[in-house]
Amino acid sequence: MIETLDQIFVLLRHWLVSYLPAAWQPLVGVLLSVAAIVCLFPALFALTTVFERKGLARIQNRLGPNRVGPFGLLQPIADGIKSLTKEDIVPLSADAAVHFLAPVLLVVAVFMGFAVLPMGRNMVLVDMDAGLLFYFAMSASTELSVFMAGWSSRNKYSLLGAMRAVAQMISYEVPLLLSSVVVVMMTGSLSLTKIVAAQSGFTWGLPHWFIFTPWGCAGFVMYAIATTAETNRSPFDLPEGESELVAGYHTEYSGFKFALFFLGEYLAMFSISGLGTTLFLGGWSAPFSFLTWVPSWIWFFSKLMLSIFVFIWMRGTLPRLRQDQLMNFAWKFVLPMCLLNMMVAALWRFMGDGWLRWVICSAILIGAYAAMGWGEMRRGRIGPRSYRYAE
Amino acid sequence: MLGEGILKGLAETAKNFFGSYYSTERLTTIEYPEQRIAPFESARVFPFLVYDSKNTGGSADWEAGMRCVACQICEKECPPKCIFIEKSTDKKPDALGKPQFYPAKFDIDISVCMSCQICVEVCPFEAIKMDTEFELSTTDRFGGLLLDRQQLAKSNEYYHQIHPAEADAVDAKLEAEKVKADAKARSAADAAAAKAAAIAGEGA
Repeated sequence: MIETLDQIFVLLRHWLVSYLPAAWQPLVGVLLSVAAIVCLFPALFALTTVFERKGLARIQNRLGPNRVGPFGLLQPIADGIKSLTKEDIVPLSADAAVHFLAPVLLVVAVFMGFAVLPMGRNMVLVDMDAGLLFYFAMSASTELSVFMAGWSSRNKYSLLGAMRAVAQMISYEVPLLLSSVVVVMMTGSLSLTKIVAAQSGFTWGLPHWFIFTPWGCAGFVMYAIATTAETNRSPFDLPEGESELVAGYHTEYSGFKFALFFLGEYLAMFSISGLGTTLFLGGWSAPFSFLTWVPSWIWFFSKLMLSIFVFIWMRGTLPRLRQDQLMNFAWKFVLPMCLLNMMVAALWRFMGDGWLRWVICSAILIGAYAAMGWGEMRRGRIGPRSYRYAE
Repeated sequence: MLGEGILKGLAETAKNFFGSYYSTERLTTIEYPEQRIAPFESARVFPFLVYDSKNTGGSADWEAGMRCVACQICEKECPPKCIFIEKSTDKKPDALGKPQFYPAKFDIDISVCMSCQICVEVCPFEAIKMDTEFELSTTDRFGGLLLDRQQLAKSNEYYHQIHPAEADAVDAKLEAEKVKADAKARSAADAAAAKAAAIAGEGA
């Protein structure tokens, strides 16, 4: 029974496909999985928008949306109808074809990333050997569509927003990759299912997730920072800094194209959280050995939603960075820490089992973090903001 | 230590997040159409015209009791020029029993009005005051937002209801003015009588 529940989606697909002739089965099976992904994640997006608004409201001691449907849960439907019925405006001087293609390409590229994510036991659309590489290739191509949007709009604000977005995304792509590389170094595989399998054991009832190792913990923190910047979420939401850039690269978008950008942004957040879950939080494995009977996909999606909650929490807490602070942070703090973390991972690998490697690796990472923070703060590069007012 | 401030901030927002479910005094929101709070004494939205209903023997005749004498000072002073007044050709007795002009037409376009209260400050007759009514939405944005004198006229009692302290002060001032005017009229009458008597005496 438990086994069936764990594999329910896989069995459902097999059952549906079994009515078809054998030649069609592989193709239809894949199409069914694609349809499931394409339906599930936008639905999750709709729910997330309302939960985000409610969560942010609660953080600010407000009530949040509560008018449409019970507890405001039907708000995304109202928003969807609104964006569908709005006029689709294309600026006269815009490059119409590119302007149209940008949101479509963004959503397509983001959806591609889901193909390699293992969302449960045996629940991965394409089990690629180089799954991680494929994922990063796809997530990097979203930069192109962001720039297409900014460039084709023929608007200063759009272009500035797109320039900022591209600069930021390329800068943070480096720490994103370097923080994930440690996992590849330890597991010796780029396949995401193998990475999950490497974290599936338990010691004293606790899981072997990479986040519970010194290098994994540091890697996860760096990964979280880089993903926040990569998905243009607050406090790194400079590309759409509404106080200075109207809405950044999607200033000139309205109606459903705007909704597609919005969707793409949230889907990128889901997929990158899913990847973080896979790399550091044990993917679909249970957090305690006595909870292994709970279906694996429940664990995957719980971890995913927990990450989303942290994203929302950060958005409700932190103010936006300045452009120079953003760049300094990426190149002068996160990147050296990632490089150091790679060395620590190598040290961990070659020191063998025992408590000594825990002490040494933790000491190196914490010491470097403290020294770097202290040094940078003393030189005034990072630290409390100073304000200068017009006289 | 680096990152300390971020952790402090996260703790603060987490406290708000869970606290707002736990204690109701954190949530200061008033869910407007269902719940409302009484307007503040100093609240002001758009101007209205005051009329005294007691002058016409208690009947609610807004036209007879209107304090406005169509002096058009407010129309001239109004910064966005949202007041339009047409002076009457005949005269009617005002609150003091003196024959005065009255506004044959008094329109305020509340889509233009900026609620600055200058009309109230310049009015020497205490005829125009600020209202607290703010639910004035209409489906007709031209005609529906142009209020004529009948829509603008509201009784002195209503004024007392929305701004009690201010209305009392205004009433006291008007009363004093009336007493003064009466005294002046009486002394003028006495002087005239005395003069008449003197002339009569001289003649005799």
